Amino acid sequence: MPLSTSSNFARPDDAFRAIVEAHRGFTDEQSADFDAALVLILANHIGDIDVLRDAIVLAKRRMIDGQQQQQRQQQQQQQQ
Amino acid sequence: MAKADTHQAKTQFGYRRHPDQDRPGQSTAEHPVVVVGAGPVGLSLAIDLAQRGQRVVLLDDADRIGEGSRAICFSKRSLEYWDRLGVGDRMVDKGVVWSVGRIFHGEQQLYQFNLLPDDGHKRPAFINLQQYYAEAYLVDRISDLPEINLRWRNKVTALESRNDSVALTIETPEGAYRLHAQYVVACDGARSSLRQMVGADFAGQVFEDQFLIADVKMTAEFPTERWFWFDPPFHAGRSALLHRQPDDVWRIDLQLNRYADPIVEKKPENVRPRIARMLGHDKFEFEWISLYKFQCRRMDRFVHGRVIFAGDSAHQVSPFGARGANSGLEDAENLSWKLDRVLRGASPASLLESYHVERSLAADENIRESTRSTDFMAPNSHQEARLRKAVLSLAKETEFGKRMVNGGRLSVPCSYDSPLSSPDADAWRGGPLPGCSMLDAPVATRAGEQAYLTDAFRKDGTDFTLLSFSNGAAIDAPEGVKDIRIGGEGGLADPSGLVAKRYGAEPDSAYLLRPDGYVAARFRHPTREAIAAALSRAQGLNRRLA
Repeated sequence: MPLSTSSNFARPDDAFRAIVEAHRGFTDEQSADFDAALVLILANHIGDIDVLRDAIVLAKRRMIDGQQQQQRQQQQQQQQ
Repeated sequence: MAKADTHQAKTQFGYRRHPDQDRPGQSTAEHPVVVVGAGPVGLSLAIDLAQRGQRVVLLDDADRIGEGSRAICFSKRSLEYWDRLGVGDRMVDKGVVWSVGRIFHGEQQLYQFNLLPDDGHKRPAFINLQQYYAEAYLVDRISDLPEINLRWRNKVTALESRNDSVALTIETPEGAYRLHAQYVVACDGARSSLRQMVGADFAGQVFEDQFLIADVKMTAEFPTERWFWFDPPFHAGRSALLHRQPDDVWRIDLQLNRYADPIVEKKPENVRPRIARMLGHDKFEFEWISLYKFQCRRMDRFVHGRVIFAGDSAHQVSPFGARGANSGLEDAENLSWKLDRVLRGASPASLLESYHVERSLAADENIRESTRSTDFMAPNSHQEARLRKAVLSLAKETEFGKRMVNGGRLSVPCSYDSPLSSPDADAWRGGPLPGCSMLDAPVATRAGEQAYLTDAFRKDGTDFTLLSFSNGAAIDAPEGVKDIRIGGEGGLADPSGLVAKRYGAEPDSAYLLRPDGYVAARFRHPTREAIAAALSRAQGLNRRLA
């Protein structure tokens, strides 16, 4: 997998914080607009379609995991 | 209005009874090839086949050339094909030449592009020409070719596939008659009745957004460029296109919403204020108004036994990219030499399978490109709209944003991953790969006349051609293969060096070109054996590879 998932920032907390702070004061709608622009800017900087595809797969797995978790919870509730 | 009168006279054709309709008893006329549909694709295919010596029956259910401008953008590739069919000059003389497009967002220009920035090509990136002119010139050309029998108001109503032929039932104003053909080529458009007769489906994606085309006649000072707007001030929230045609006619294309009522929207009194808002005046007349939705779809198989599909009957795309008529013409040039070889018994019928392989690849590419353009113009969800908004706003200050703005990606020849191509055995830097279209470049004849490589290619008819770069003693082309030599004694000169440059060629390099101008193989140091093997493969004679 060409996508690097090891920690690349010397100070990861700074990176996370920078993104969090960028969203401060935005409505959900504004945040979504901002994210769209940020994703496109970063995707272009990476400039490698395979890396981008891998990143999409990795990000999508969160959605699938989330859905499965929801289903499991529903099943457990039904069993109870 | 003298111009309009001549135009009308040109487009009306008479039905004429043919002796095939009066054959006694049970005997039925036999023909090698019947082409159904006299649009740009069917007409071009018939001319190409006739120039190769085939007798062609061309049937059309109407008695006139279609109304409205319809297809207007014809690509460099199509013009080079029409050069080979003897109609290129007429098309270009009448058409308006363009290569520059501009993309606007609101009132601001985001960027401009030039589709043919370098010199040294015989033909421009595009011409705009009303489809009825293109068809009229092709019909005129057909009158020089006794091999073609063009029958108006001949409608195919039934088709029966047999092992050795296809039986057609044809309805005319004077009743029905039957014909047998070795091959039938269906160029009968997106609503192809032959496609239904062979029972093939036509699956794909329907787009719900509606677009309004208005061709208006006016004198205007706009340059001959393709102008495309996202969210223009005169048509808020939607897209618009302005493009020049001959005779002071302008193509205007406005995106409407998916719920617009077509009957109401098409009324000239409702279209007029929209156009007036765009132009800032209402000094124009309507030539044609049409409202349409897109479909992007293709047949699963383009070859159904002895019935072969070409153009819109086989594949349909959205119009933003000039990929409809141009890809149909590429179908015709791809098919005609193969069908000719099969009819002459020079290649096995399996060669026709490569038509399906190559042109369905092209159809997939065209559908992919035009679907992306359409989705960009008419986003499918809030998030797609949001991403588009981000791209349009990034385009104002970044180069990558401009490149992501998709207001239509215009037709370029597809490269084929084809069983007919021989892979490179040598190392090359640049030049068209096997499966790619030949490139044009200026040459000079021995007499010192300026010409182009595409002229040399089509001279004396297009066949397999060995384009070789002289190294003193150039290798002889195999029998039946034409020779184009660059440099050396008796060869063409390459005064600008562009031939060698565009082909990444060094002395002794050679390209084997197919009759449709595609590269079959290329060699740094050609041998007779290697050329012969590549030729046999490209002709479908290599059983193992076909």
